[in-house]
Amino acid sequence: MELSGAEILVRSLKDEGVEFLFGYPGGSVLHIYDALYRQDDVKHILVRHEQAATHAADGYARATGKPGVVLVTSGPGATNAVTGIATAYMDSIPMVVITGQVPSAVIGSDAFQEVDAVGITRPCVKHNFLVKDVTKLAETIKKAFYVATTGRPGPVVIDVPKDMTDPAIKIPYHYPDKVTMRSYQPTVKGHSGQIKRAVDLLLTAKKPMIYSGGGVVLGNASEELRTFVRHLGYPITQTLMGLGAYPASDPQSLGMLGMHGTYEANMAMHDCDVLIAIGARFDDRVTGKIAEFCPDAKIIHIDIDPSSISKTITVDIPIVGDVSGVLQEMNHLLVTGKKEPKKKALAEWWKTINAWRATNCMNYDRSSEHIKPQRAIEIVHEITGGDAYITSDVGQHQMWAAQYYGFEKPNRWINSGGLGTMGFGLPAAMGVQLAYPEATVACVTGEGSIQMCIQELSTCLQYGLPIKIIALNNRYLGMVRQWQEFFYENRYSSSYMESLPDFVKLAESYGHVGIRIEDPKDLEAELARGFAMKDRLVFFDIVTDQTENVYPMIRAGKAHNEMHLSPHGGELPQDPQRELS
Amino acid sequence: MRHIISILIENEAGALSRVAGLFSARAYNIESLTVAPTEDPTLSRMTIVTDGTDRIVEQITKQLNKLIDVVKLLDLSEGPHIEREMMLIKVKAATMAQREDVKRLSDIFRGNIIDVTPTTFTIELTGSGQKIDSFIEALAEHKIIETVRSGVSGIARGEKSLQV
Repeated sequence: MELSGAEILVRSLKDEGVEFLFGYPGGSVLHIYDALYRQDDVKHILVRHEQAATHAADGYARATGKPGVVLVTSGPGATNAVTGIATAYMDSIPMVVITGQVPSAVIGSDAFQEVDAVGITRPCVKHNFLVKDVTKLAETIKKAFYVATTGRPGPVVIDVPKDMTDPAIKIPYHYPDKVTMRSYQPTVKGHSGQIKRAVDLLLTAKKPMIYSGGGVVLGNASEELRTFVRHLGYPITQTLMGLGAYPASDPQSLGMLGMHGTYEANMAMHDCDVLIAIGARFDDRVTGKIAEFCPDAKIIHIDIDPSSISKTITVDIPIVGDVSGVLQEMNHLLVTGKKEPKKKALAEWWKTINAWRATNCMNYDRSSEHIKPQRAIEIVHEITGGDAYITSDVGQHQMWAAQYYGFEKPNRWINSGGLGTMGFGLPAAMGVQLAYPEATVACVTGEGSIQMCIQELSTCLQYGLPIKIIALNNRYLGMVRQWQEFFYENRYSSSYMESLPDFVKLAESYGHVGIRIEDPKDLEAELARGFAMKDRLVFFDIVTDQTENVYPMIRAGKAHNEMHLSPHGGELPQDPQRELS
Repeated sequence: MRHIISILIENEAGALSRVAGLFSARAYNIESLTVAPTEDPTLSRMTIVTDGTDRIVEQITKQLNKLIDVVKLLDLSEGPHIEREMMLIKVKAATMAQREDVKRLSDIFRGNIIDVTPTTFTIELTGSGQKIDSFIEALAEHKIIETVRSGVSGIARGEKSLQV
């Protein structure tokens, strides 16, 4: 079979099993778009801005575990995609991004719509390729998918000069079944000796703590984690990226940890004597002050990326390997071994933890005459039975969604944790909704974030995506305002959003439904009414309390036991600071 | 501590920029970096001299290993090794006294005078980075017109080797 480069590219995607290609056409990729036009296997989703193409592919990948695929043109197409590529890179999301490039002969001549896409994306991709020989195109695509989806996943860029897709040049097509690369052999299986040492150490713990992260979701190890945690009876806290891997409603779950983690999770981190980190990378928003991180703990760390081990926190037992396999081996040792967890010490530990829990640190003012954003999230949980796919943008609303939705399953919580990209939520929700047309997909956002990719309301109409947009509208860039209140004596520099659009009319002008909710009394009924419109995109403009803050909070650079708590919590067993509240 | 890291890397366009970019993005030090193809034209050998605490050097080696194009890596400083650097240095040698002294110093350091004009000598000198530094120091009384250093390349002693 002889095909042109453009046909090879499209055919390779089909042979790779790609369902959706998120993209935007332009001069350098016109040959490819022509090849797309002449087939039905790979469905192209036309976004309204290349950033949204990458976020949509990213959302698709996070929800399905399959790589997201993007096609953009050269120059501004590639640069617009960079934010989404960096977002995926920071959260280790498998993605293949194909960027058009000017013809090989004019590369380097400052040609129209030329940028050095390989150079620009190099620091925010797992790897990138420039195709210089059309006979290597299919193999390069195979390599890109292989690299993106194995080991610690990540985005891979393939830069394709226009002459590589020339319809006049036809060559034999063969898509390799598999590729091997002598320079890339990711470690998959954890070291058995280390695993045994780790299990032995875990069973000596008097105040154990399990800290799990996004690696459990990416590594599809939620079942193994649940077995592990339940067998041991130890408390577990999850990172922002890991939510859902272990059910939030389970009594052993202490909720999220870190800057906006629960009182009990952070205190237990600080006081534990053995910590096991599972698919988590000791991010600065999690650790707080490094010097006072888990001061009394021996630390075990499971991660597939050797460079994550002892990067910021030195660990005692590192295990490099795929989380699922390592946990399976640990579970086997636990079930077949003779040693049991220390029951008496553990009961004492739970007593201490339950006293911390009694602070009820997540409580908020439930009698306010304003709509409380936390309440809105709780109602969304109730209406959707806790089973929706929730995407979010970045800011206060993101933290409230993470804190109050209560994720019971993995792959349901889709947010930009590492890069913190505003504008992520809506396009990510498009990717999720395309993957799961029957599922309830909600985008929790703010009036600031939603405006960063609001043009995608048009894409949602084109493809009939019935996303529910929960805009917690406090007329402030809320997280910026919160920091300015705490650390800059209420000098609200550029954090107030003036001249906001009428979001209801805006939604309507895009052909969707808009519902404004201003009174707490209407909140439940109006949300229920909107969610009942299964086949329509509904934009909820929820006018919330302007000055609500996210609690608890650990200031940047402070330790886990230096939390600021909400004034609406219960009694404190110790003496944490409340002066900010 | 100073470390000499040897890398075998796929000989592809952009390989050097991946390594250099890693060092700048993560704020690691590079004292010198040399790169050239090996006997196998698909592979390049790179020698990087860097400086950092054990923790930083461990991260440097891990991050380098993580680059998809890096095939193999060895921290030569972890075992017995040989390092060599080559320098070309042009020194003013106009008077008889200057010419005699420069020639004498060059001989002491086992340098070769490879170009001569009525007013200059150009000397080729090979050795460890330290020896080259010492030679430059020894020439302090003379006017150095130009120095060109190749950067360090290194190899493990004995049977240990870095190969695919």
